[in-house]
Amino acid sequence: MTTIVTPKAAPAKEVVKDDSMVKQKEMMAAHYDRLTSASETGAKVVSTFVPGNLNELIMCFDLLNNLPEVNAIQSGLRRQSGAYVLEAEKIGHSEDVCTYVKSDVGMMAKGNIGPNGKKLPNPDALLLSYTGCFTFMKWFELLREQYKCETIMLHTPYMGDGKITPNMVEYMVKQIKEEVIPKLERISGVKFDIDRLREYLKKSAKAEDDLVHVLKTAKNKPSPIDAYFGGIYYIGPIFGAFRGTEDAIDYYRFLRAECEARLAEGKGPVTPDGDMGKERYRLVVEGPPNYTNFRQFWKMFYDEGAVVVASSYTKVGGVYDLGFRHDPDKPLETLAEYCLGVYTNRSLPMRIEMLANYIDEYQADGLLINSIKSCNSFSAGQLLIMREVEKRTGKPAAFVESDLVDPRYFSAANIKNRLESYFQMIEQRRAGGRAAA
Amino acid sequence: MAASLNGHSNGSGHGNGSASSAGAGTADIVARAQALFDDLSFTAARAWKDAGPDRKVVGYMPIYVPREVIHAAGFLPLGILGGGDQLEVIHGDAYYQSYICRIPRSTIELGVSGRLDFVDGMLFPSICDVIRNLSGMWKTMFPNVYVRYFDVPQNYRDDIGGNYYVNELSELMHDLGTLRGRPITDEELRASIAVYNENRRLVRALYDFRAERPWQVPAAEAYLILRAGLVLPVEEHTALIREYLAAAGAEERPKRDNCRVVVTGLFCEQPPLNLIKSLELAGCYVVDDDLLLVTRWLTEDVPLEGNPLQNLALAFLHHSESTAAKYEPNLKEKGQHLVRAVKRSGAEGVIFASPSFCDPALLDRPMLQHVLKDAGIPYIAFKYAENSGQMQPIREQAGTFADSIKLWSGT
Ligand code: SF4
Ligand code: SF4
Repeated sequence: MTTIVTPKAAPAKEVVKDDSMVKQKEMMAAHYDRLTSASETGAKVVSTFVPGNLNELIMCFDLLNNLPEVNAIQSGLRRQSGAYVLEAEKIGHSEDVCTYVKSDVGMMAKGNIGPNGKKLPNPDALLLSYTGCFTFMKWFELLREQYKCETIMLHTPYMGDGKITPNMVEYMVKQIKEEVIPKLERISGVKFDIDRLREYLKKSAKAEDDLVHVLKTAKNKPSPIDAYFGGIYYIGPIFGAFRGTEDAIDYYRFLRAECEARLAEGKGPVTPDGDMGKERYRLVVEGPPNYTNFRQFWKMFYDEGAVVVASSYTKVGGVYDLGFRHDPDKPLETLAEYCLGVYTNRSLPMRIEMLANYIDEYQADGLLINSIKSCNSFSAGQLLIMREVEKRTGKPAAFVESDLVDPRYFSAANIKNRLESYFQMIEQRRAGGRAAA
Repeated sequence: MAASLNGHSNGSGHGNGSASSAGAGTADIVARAQALFDDLSFTAARAWKDAGPDRKVVGYMPIYVPREVIHAAGFLPLGILGGGDQLEVIHGDAYYQSYICRIPRSTIELGVSGRLDFVDGMLFPSICDVIRNLSGMWKTMFPNVYVRYFDVPQNYRDDIGGNYYVNELSELMHDLGTLRGRPITDEELRASIAVYNENRRLVRALYDFRAERPWQVPAAEAYLILRAGLVLPVEEHTALIREYLAAAGAEERPKRDNCRVVVTGLFCEQPPLNLIKSLELAGCYVVDDDLLLVTRWLTEDVPLEGNPLQNLALAFLHHSESTAAKYEPNLKEKGQHLVRAVKRSGAEGVIFASPSFCDPALLDRPMLQHVLKDAGIPYIAFKYAENSGQMQPIREQAGTFADSIKLWSGT
């Protein structure tokens, strides 16, 4: 699962590039350059996952953060993931398992070339932030076998009962204090400074405030943003290697100003084909997107005037809109609570409630689920989620299926048909509602 | 409390094969286990519950829960393993996409069809995202049942993972005490630990005996005997294994020219009984496997003196089975449990049998295969579903494997 698209994939035919887009593009390019030049600069690299990404902590040790999920997305957007997945299957991986893993493993087998065309470095450590997905453990065990580098397990308990208990926080803080920090100190040669961590956390919270503001602009009609397809760009810096940096603060400040300006002008979202036309449908989307046909998928929505006003996928790296902020006053506890609270670590009843609330708060017409073949963490139980959300909100729901980065599972015709029937269903409900009124 | 679980074999509805009847042959004992296996309405567990007003049943799924805590409350722990190949899944498919394994949909079927309506609590262990999410589905669909996602540590330090686990265990103990209306005492828990220690000793004896003389203990029989332990009160199950071991030791069965294999990957969704039989018919004696790990998860006796929760936690951290759902902190140790199982049981090869769409088993598989390759141990791999009907391809594959092992050992 998970996020982060460079604006390279967010082209703007007639669209003038906003400051935020330019900024993000520069940030991502610089980041990949730092990574691919690590062997020359001597920088050390730690790989980790987006949910449970401890970027502030990683920065305390002057380590570079490499996120294999993001690399898989980049491969998907560049249409290279299909070949990588096949390569992984050729070397013994089952056709049944998560394609993020296979895209990563296949990319390694084919030389590990990053989006800038240069070889990505071997990691000096694998920070196995085991949060919200069981596949993460197997993924990093596979990488450990390959790189033979230090692997640091940070186990995040699951919020099975819908709450974070003191036992969970204590367990995580102890792991961070006594396992993660000493190992990162040893690998980096940098001593841990808790005040430095506090500074980064302060910056994180600032950017998080602006991100939430942006996401909430979708409550307006028309919504000035698309909170799924567009949202994937917006979460890039904060879910990736930039949370806690000045760059992220600048990016979200620009973005917020741009969204406010669009709102003031009564404009809808920016799409790859320019400003979206009239807003006709407002949807809440559950599940990750498809990356191999990302634009084609998006177009099926904006061509029909469908805008996504809230999505769960944009919460996999932190559920900030429900109030969580990184808190410099309790630096280790806040990292624990951050990991515990990410979307995929939330129980199914919590997810149902969150989606139903989104439909009410964002005045959406209904729920659309994009069910991802790869991802048991998201997908197992989604059919029940769909029924429950329908029952609670009285709004229609629909279900489409695809995969994150395996192009074999994207059937454009099927998805388009389903979406068209869904939009018709919404129209009928509206007509029924008017007739009844 | 533990005593109250004793002596209810008649209440189980299977009076014929009562654990205490002396001198039964393997056929009778296995028939009793087969009847329990075939019974998708859990008649025996229902009868157990009906035999007393305060009796409660707590279900659990793979891979491991500390059944001692359930037993200490005086409840019956009931293993729920999906529906096998005899259950017609009518509703379950409406809850799962085609690319998700079978066990959750047939488990939902058991629930929706009322077959589990006598179950008072359900524990969903930390094994994979599918069972994790099923815990939330159960909460939503069966709001009157006590449901707990049972997490276990992936950190093996006594003061970190150990402490966390002690607290998780004590929450469980508290919850089950509330369910019964009276707290569970340390004494009760100690007594239950003793009962399960004995059961695990017998399970290990069964595995040792089979590894030594696999022709005396066909794999399907061992499985049925073990599986009975997921529905019977533990005391009855211990007696059943004892009885079976005595009977199997007394009967001479023909020894075939089979090769000896360890089968792995079966730790969650169950293979059809026919699959297990097919392996043997194809020329492979199963001398070890990872079926029903809950019955021998803890590899040594849990001490009885001292704090019982602490003892259960330390046993989990330092003396428990290795499997895909458990993190192996040491790269050099990764997969070595399988090499050790091969050596211990005198196996000549390994069969990877994994449920389709099972991320834990299938992602672990290449790593385990690399380790076997380095150790010079041959292997084959295939997938199954709990309702797979066609055994011919599997039989052929296993047969060819057996032949090649014999050929190889002959040279
Ligand atoms: S299973 Fe889902 S959450 Fe886990 S790595 Fe794969 S896509 Fe990501
Ligand atoms: S068979 Fe595998 S994927 Fe399915 S529930 Fe069991 S462990 Fe999870």
